[in-house]
Amino acid sequence: MKALLIGEYRQGKLLDTTYELKAFADRLGADSVMLLVGSDSELPKYDGTLYLADAAKYGEYNPDQHKQLVLQAVEKENPDCIVFVHSSYGWDLAPRVAVALKAGQVSEIVALNEGAYEVNACNAKLRRTVTPKSGRCVLTIQAGAFTPSGEPQGTPQPERLELSGTASAIEFVGYEAAEQKGVDLSKAEVIVSAGRGVGKKDNVPVIAALASALGGELGASRPVVDAGWVDHSHQVGTTGQTVSPKLYVACGISGAIQHLAGMKKADFIVAINKDKDAPIGEIADVLVVADVMQFVPAFTAKCAR
Amino acid sequence: MKILVCIKQVPDMESRFRPNGEKTWYDESDLAFRMNEYDEYAVEQAVQLKEQLGGEPEITVLSIGPERTVEAIKKALAMGGDRAVHIRDDRYYQKDPWQIASMIASYAKGEGFDLIFTGMQSQDRGSAQVGVIVAELLGVSCATTLVGFSYDGGTITVKRELEGGIKGVAKLKLPALVTCQLGLNTPRYPTLPNIMKAKKKEIASLTAAELTGEAELTATAAIYPPAKKGGGLVLEGEIGAQVDRLMGILKEKTAVLR
Ligand SMILES: Cc1cc2nc3c(=O)[nH]c(=O)nc-3n(C[C@H](O)[C@H](O)[C@H](O)COP(=O)(O)OP(=O)(O)OC[C@H]3O[C@@H](n4cnc5c(N)ncnc54)[C@H](O)[C@@H]3O)c2cc1C
Ligand SMILES: Cc1cc2nc3c(=O)[nH]c(=O)nc-3n(C[C@H](O)[C@H](O)[C@H](O)COP(=O)(O)OP(=O)(O)OC[C@H]3O[C@@H](n4cnc5c(N)ncnc54)[C@H](O)[C@@H]3O)c2cc1C
Repeated sequence: MKALLIGEYRQGKLLDTTYELKAFADRLGADSVMLLVGSDSELPKYDGTLYLADAAKYGEYNPDQHKQLVLQAVEKENPDCIVFVHSSYGWDLAPRVAVALKAGQVSEIVALNEGAYEVNACNAKLRRTVTPKSGRCVLTIQAGAFTPSGEPQGTPQPERLELSGTASAIEFVGYEAAEQKGVDLSKAEVIVSAGRGVGKKDNVPVIAALASALGGELGASRPVVDAGWVDHSHQVGTTGQTVSPKLYVACGISGAIQHLAGMKKADFIVAINKDKDAPIGEIADVLVVADVMQFVPAFTAKCAR
Repeated sequence: MKILVCIKQVPDMESRFRPNGEKTWYDESDLAFRMNEYDEYAVEQAVQLKEQLGGEPEITVLSIGPERTVEAIKKALAMGGDRAVHIRDDRYYQKDPWQIASMIASYAKGEGFDLIFTGMQSQDRGSAQVGVIVAELLGVSCATTLVGFSYDGGTITVKRELEGGIKGVAKLKLPALVTCQLGLNTPRYPTLPNIMKAKKKEIASLTAAELTGEAELTATAAIYPPAKKGGGLVLEGEIGAQVDRLMGILKEKTAVLR
């Protein structure tokens, strides 16, 4: 089995998730080669062939051309699978490669199960094993699901890739920095977060009151921020802040992977949810099965005493 | 301008899910269905563009699924879609993203849509593939994960959401397909008059068989609840007792309550 691993590079830096691709290939027992649209000054630590295209020329986000570059490497290596991280780069590019090769794609693999790939369904309430039916397949792996066992090592043998034309339907304009952080949740010892289960904006102060009773900060899940109930600077998760408080209290939060990625390193996790099966229960030290708007005020009153 | 919006109907994620008899899908009895959350942003963006252009564009809403799917279609029409196509497929759940996208592309091919909106992913399956595959099959340009969208004279400027809150800005010429991320806009609630008006809008019906003979490229071997990794303590029962138990636990296990 041979895997072509597609590394990631953004704002002039190699992204660490690139090493998860190698960890995945190792778990699969596959030989691998890597492709990176990046630069000579940021080579991955990797023993093997590295197909390298220059990001200065082919852009960091230029899916039409990156697809052509991947197809060139596929032509040379004839891999059984082409592996991406399930990220804003990977989920954008992978299906384009899959269509060009008419290969089946399995998205956001979280584990391997006797040769089949395991993926989540229905907010991780179900798991599926998926098997590709095409000879060659495209795979994307969940960020964080396959972590390298040690420090990455090795020296790649670069092989340059060039395209003859550089036409592209998409013109990349540039990056916009993340919003200024109004609160730095990363230093908070206690975070009490509001999720969609709090019901409405008017209920948010009830959650904030518990946060202050515990001497902590208010956090939030994404829908609460998107709805404008809480400012973005309070958002916890992949597209918000990553936190590691001593105590994290999730109020009416289901526990989607993108939220968990931001708070699973908390020392102690309490979840308040009316749904006993909510996926947050998988990582919570204590799951209180209750209506947040009944439980939280009662608990705050007790803390205040 | 002709706009297409693809929507999927999915179960409410707060439901309890059980695998079906064949262990290839979830048992649909007792589930409540709704429009995929990401697709609400897609519909809203299409309607906002129509408003921006003085009502000129025609918005077609498309959904593949069984009879119940019509409910989601009606909601999209009440939000401002003009007409709809329901591709009836009772075995939709046995189709992989490639087949679903092939059906959509085969319908869209002769229609000359200038702009297609889809969700970035579905809530139940979440493979984040259908939109991009449709774009590739139609040969139109495509950008994913939009949290910003603007249109000006045949060009769209999009803001893609990247990890850690960074955004990538890009320009695309029409025809194009974009996939919508949560937070792109604020999806409207259909008003009663608009719900009434939507009842008169056309919903054309096609069958899956008319559109594609493509075979699947991936298959679900099995579907099952994830193994419980232990999980923690579950406190059920009366509120007062829960409060006392949690208080005791926090005093014992954390340094934050003394
Ligand atoms: C690329 C990408 C990036 C993302 N980034 C982030 C991110 O950074 N952060 C983030 O949070 N999400 C992020 N998301 C969204 C994520 O997938 C989920 O949609 C989101 O986390 C869900 O938020 P929630 O748990 O508050 O809402 P829901 O999933 O709707 O859950 C609400 C919960 O509240 C419970 N509930 C309802 N009513 C009550 C009540 N009265 N009492 C008690 N419990 C109740 C329900 O049982 C349910 O479990 C991202 C998604 C994508 C695709
Ligand atoms: C044996 C077998 C078992 C299957 N089991 C499952 C399963 O476990 N769960 C499951 O959901 N699917 C299953 N499918 C396929 C199922 O029908 C998928 O929902 C379908 O492939 C779309 O993929 P997705 O939901 O991941 O779409 P995504 O690519 O995540 O969806 C992105 C966007 O595409 C559009 N879109 C997606 N589906 C439709 C649609 N039906 N109509 C209109 N627009 C749409 C929407 O705009 C959506 O936001 C199975 C297929 C097979 C072969």
